[in-house]
Amino acid sequence: MKFVSKLYTTLIYLFLYAPIFVLILFSFNNSSTMSRSVFSGFSLRWYRQLFEDRLILVALRNTLLIAVLAAVVSTVLGTIGAIGINSLKGKWARRTAMNITNLPMVNPEIVTGVSMMLLFVIAMRMLNTDLGMGSLMIAHITFCLPYVIMSVRPKLLQMDAHLYEAAQDLGCTPVQAFFKVVLPQILPGIITGAIMAFTLSIDDFVISYFTSGTTQTLPIYIYSMTRKRISPEINALSTVLFAVILALLFIVNVRQSGSSAKTARLQDAAEEGEV
Amino acid sequence: MKAKKALLPYLVWMVLFTVVPMLMVLYFAFTDKSGHFTWENMQQVGQYSNVFLRSIWQGALATVICLVLSYPLAYSIAHRKLKTQNVMIMLVMLPMWMNFLLRTYAWMTLLEDNGILNNLFVSLGLPRLHMINTAGAVVLGMVYNYIPYMILPLYTVLTKIDNSILEAAQDLGASRAQVFCKVTLPMSMPGMISGVTMVFVPAVSTFIISKMLGGGGNLLIGDVVEMQFLGSAYNPNLGSAISLVLMVLIMICMGIMNQFDDGEEKGAVMI
Repeated sequence: MKFVSKLYTTLIYLFLYAPIFVLILFSFNNSSTMSRSVFSGFSLRWYRQLFEDRLILVALRNTLLIAVLAAVVSTVLGTIGAIGINSLKGKWARRTAMNITNLPMVNPEIVTGVSMMLLFVIAMRMLNTDLGMGSLMIAHITFCLPYVIMSVRPKLLQMDAHLYEAAQDLGCTPVQAFFKVVLPQILPGIITGAIMAFTLSIDDFVISYFTSGTTQTLPIYIYSMTRKRISPEINALSTVLFAVILALLFIVNVRQSGSSAKTARLQDAAEEGEV
Repeated sequence: MKAKKALLPYLVWMVLFTVVPMLMVLYFAFTDKSGHFTWENMQQVGQYSNVFLRSIWQGALATVICLVLSYPLAYSIAHRKLKTQNVMIMLVMLPMWMNFLLRTYAWMTLLEDNGILNNLFVSLGLPRLHMINTAGAVVLGMVYNYIPYMILPLYTVLTKIDNSILEAAQDLGASRAQVFCKVTLPMSMPGMISGVTMVFVPAVSTFIISKMLGGGGNLLIGDVVEMQFLGSAYNPNLGSAISLVLMVLIMICMGIMNQFDDGEEKGAVMI
């Protein structure tokens, strides 16, 4: 029984990692042709080519810029929103607010993307501009917001509601009471939310695809590459990204062996249920 | 507390950028190019019913495969030492941090007619198999991409089951199989429902995986929507109508799913 279980686990992990090993292996492939599956010697040529590719560097810059801004704005807006939702007394009002919050999470991504595209195309026509960084930013903030709310709200619910009043009784102004009492209590949730927003934004393809116009982000650029079948460069890119992720995870894990953004996101989703 | 005022900016943002766009989908679905009310788009959706059926069938198949593959794994992870658990869960999630396009692209390399798997088969003396551009490849792509979304909720729910309950069942005379069927399985229902939701919704509405692994002959409903908005068949009105039907269908499927939840546990489905 133990053996069967071990074998099974190994097979599943093999399944999970097989494509990644393939990407890494073929990033070192020394083939001048576009062949994707014949290994003909070790070389770093695709890495050299990758780092000389200006389009990739631009896409990378766009992706990071959007992710940082989306994370900051959605965290601030979401935290304020979560506090607001928490202060709602009526059951109906609270439910409505939470339903609106859950809307982007319940909807298929493609529908969210398409619906925002409709709005943006019409708005842009009125404002006489194009889709681009602006619309991407708004879209990313919007789909990150629910996840921020989801991670801040539990912390607010855990907090003793009287602490804020007690601080004011002791002479704090409302602003002081917020920064000195409430914020430190909910900070872990805020940080989780910000990390989640950042990773979601970096990874997003579907919604960006519909709202980007001609602006390139990394996932969109990868998509255009897979269509043209420029393969080996993409392997190098994957390998670099994988190495970066691995390094980041390692650092995070060494610093604190707590849960990371995506675990938290999934666990929250599993636990959230009807609020 | 003035906290209620804090809600305003957030709510304005969400209404502006999620509720209004949804209403626009609704509006576009029932109007023609000049903005007049029409049923025509909805009637046209009918001609895609086979694509809808294929999407739901393949999405459901991928979901079931994910569930069957994930349960034993989640169960086995949940019964190891805490440290091992953390490492194993981390390893489940690690691939998710790579963009799914890249991972799906790697499957193209593996599945091609002259791809790695076929080369492996030939060197083992087996015949070549045609795998890419088939429905099977699409389902494989879905299973591969979404399986972590099944493993994680199952794992979460299985670790939460109190061991003393299992021991109590055994004390009361249940065999190991009975404990599993009568205690563990029902208690992990919320995790299953949550996992099924998280796999089924993206699998049904995907448009990239089918394009990359399914070739031109295995269009899914996501591909049709994409074509109406950004592709050759440009027609946002029809695209909106299809999106609307897709949304309603998914809600119905989720509603049916919810029936399986006995309501004792706090529901784990996000609707």
